[in-house]
Amino acid sequence: MAQEFASDAALPPRPAWWAFVAISVIVLITLPWFVDISLQLSLSLAFVLSLLALSMSFLWGYVGILSFGQTVFYGLGGYCYALFAMNFGYTGWAMVVALALPALFGLVLGYFMIYGRISDIYLSVITLVVTLIFEKAIRSTSGPEYVVGSVRLNGQNGIPGVPGLQLPGMSEPLSIEGVFYLASMAMVVVYVGLRLLLTTPFGRILVGIRENERRMQLLGYDSRRYKLAAFVLSGAIAGLSGALYAVWGNFVAPEMFNLNQAAQVVIWVIVGGRSTLIGPIVGTGVIQSLTVWLGASGVGQVTLVLGFILMVFVLAFREGLLPTLGAAWRAIVGRSGAMRNARSGHHG
Amino acid sequence: MVQQFATGAYLVLFSVSTLVLISLGLAVIFGLMRVINLAHGEFIMLGAYCCVFSVKAGMPLWAAFAVSALAIGVFGVFVERVIIRHLYGRLVDTLLATWGLSLFIVGAVTTFLGPQGQGIATDFGNISVGSLNLSVYNLILSAIALGMLAVTWVLARHTRFGLLIRGTMQNAEIASAMGVSPDRVYMVTFGFGSALAGLAGAVLVPLTGVSPTLGLAFVAKAFITVITGGQLPLIGTATASALFGTIDGILAYVYSSVVGEVGLLIVAVIVLRLLPSGITGRMRSGL
Repeated sequence: MAQEFASDAALPPRPAWWAFVAISVIVLITLPWFVDISLQLSLSLAFVLSLLALSMSFLWGYVGILSFGQTVFYGLGGYCYALFAMNFGYTGWAMVVALALPALFGLVLGYFMIYGRISDIYLSVITLVVTLIFEKAIRSTSGPEYVVGSVRLNGQNGIPGVPGLQLPGMSEPLSIEGVFYLASMAMVVVYVGLRLLLTTPFGRILVGIRENERRMQLLGYDSRRYKLAAFVLSGAIAGLSGALYAVWGNFVAPEMFNLNQAAQVVIWVIVGGRSTLIGPIVGTGVIQSLTVWLGASGVGQVTLVLGFILMVFVLAFREGLLPTLGAAWRAIVGRSGAMRNARSGHHG
Repeated sequence: MVQQFATGAYLVLFSVSTLVLISLGLAVIFGLMRVINLAHGEFIMLGAYCCVFSVKAGMPLWAAFAVSALAIGVFGVFVERVIIRHLYGRLVDTLLATWGLSLFIVGAVTTFLGPQGQGIATDFGNISVGSLNLSVYNLILSAIALGMLAVTWVLARHTRFGLLIRGTMQNAEIASAMGVSPDRVYMVTFGFGSALAGLAGAVLVPLTGVSPTLGLAFVAKAFITVITGGQLPLIGTATASALFGTIDGILAYVYSSVVGEVGLLIVAVIVLRLLPSGITGRMRSGL
């Protein structure tokens, strides 16, 4: 089996990695001074969505749980933020709720699936079905009787006019630039956090479960507890992504739950490379700009192209863009690189 | 009271039959090949289009059913040769590739046929039994669903090819050593499952009409049914459909179809907590 997340990733990151993070942060901070509003908006969206991609690839890459329905937490996060913020006006607390409720839902759903020990494929399909049914349920709430507090759910029209984030001490909600900083820093913090998690005992136990669950159980770890914890954490990350989406667009809609959205998350992760954390972020950026470009130039059906890309990547470039490019680079650069590559290929 | 009970029973029958119809093809492919075809809904949708075009070309409805089943069966064999064949033993990749296929088909159909819905009219009318008014077409649909179960059973149980398929399903290596080509068995199985999906679409289209997103309306229910049914395609589909059809029928009658679907999901999650590999997960042999 191909190596997902190389074994040396459990070591603390190298200085080069820290330098890469530092440079990225500096670039992200200075970027709004150079680029116009519309590019800032699209970049912010890409950062928000890459959080969603990270929530899936963390679960898949670290623990080996393939959840097709991360969009259920994403949608829940968005709706929680919208409903709480519009009812009570405290957008800061709404953000907290938007993290907590998806995590709680992940706890309940994950309990049934993980403690029931259903097989991996079943889990993938069940999560997908859950998000599809959520979409249907939300779509059916267009009548005036479906009200949470003072806010109508509005069925398939979604909820417009979601207030922007206003933290205590701020005189007005975040500007476009503010949202850009919020989204980019959220992405960096989650990325760095997940990377560093690998070096902690918790992270290494998760990887151990992925490598050999029975052995971890024999060593005395209750693997179900750890898997459930990872599932809840990834639900919270997806919830954060959904809440930030609501902050970004001032709008939530049932499309957040739908099959196309769920498929896009999978495509981002597959295209970017499922064996890395940075891959999904790149994949999100690439696919997102491709989608926007396809939509703008009117070449036809976006789903047609995305479906084709997914098939091609699964059949021909299993590792995804970054690892494939990386392997090509090592093959060109020299024999030592090629050997290291071959060794890690045999491992595991 | 009697009337209400009869209406309820009729709705449950219809709901169970629909579930059998939309999930049997998926269950056959999953049970025999361990492959979950995420493009199953799109196969149903293509079958529905086939039926609409055949009827509009002047064929009788029965012939259109046969044409749809055949066409989607051939399409299934094509898909198996081009995509699925390369991914045997890689469960996750088959899921992902068929998901890509599903998006691709929806996109392609929307491009060529447009997003608007199409339909065909049937004039089977209603019959009255006592004070109950029954749609004849719904009864035909139930009969076809039952017929699909029966035909699948007869094929698997009483034909030489069924024997080969059952042998391959139990142990592909030994079957291969006995001179059976698993490759061909899988190809035909996938084609047969696809044909069942195509037939399902054709049978449903007079009731639902068809648009490129028709598959979406069914996939959630079909997946739950197959997964809860477990590895044995016939017993699994029959029992899971009976269970879910009853719940769905009653909830949809009393509340709404969305409540029915949510109820179905909750029951499925609880059943899977108790029987993680489905209702038939512990059964060693059977169909």
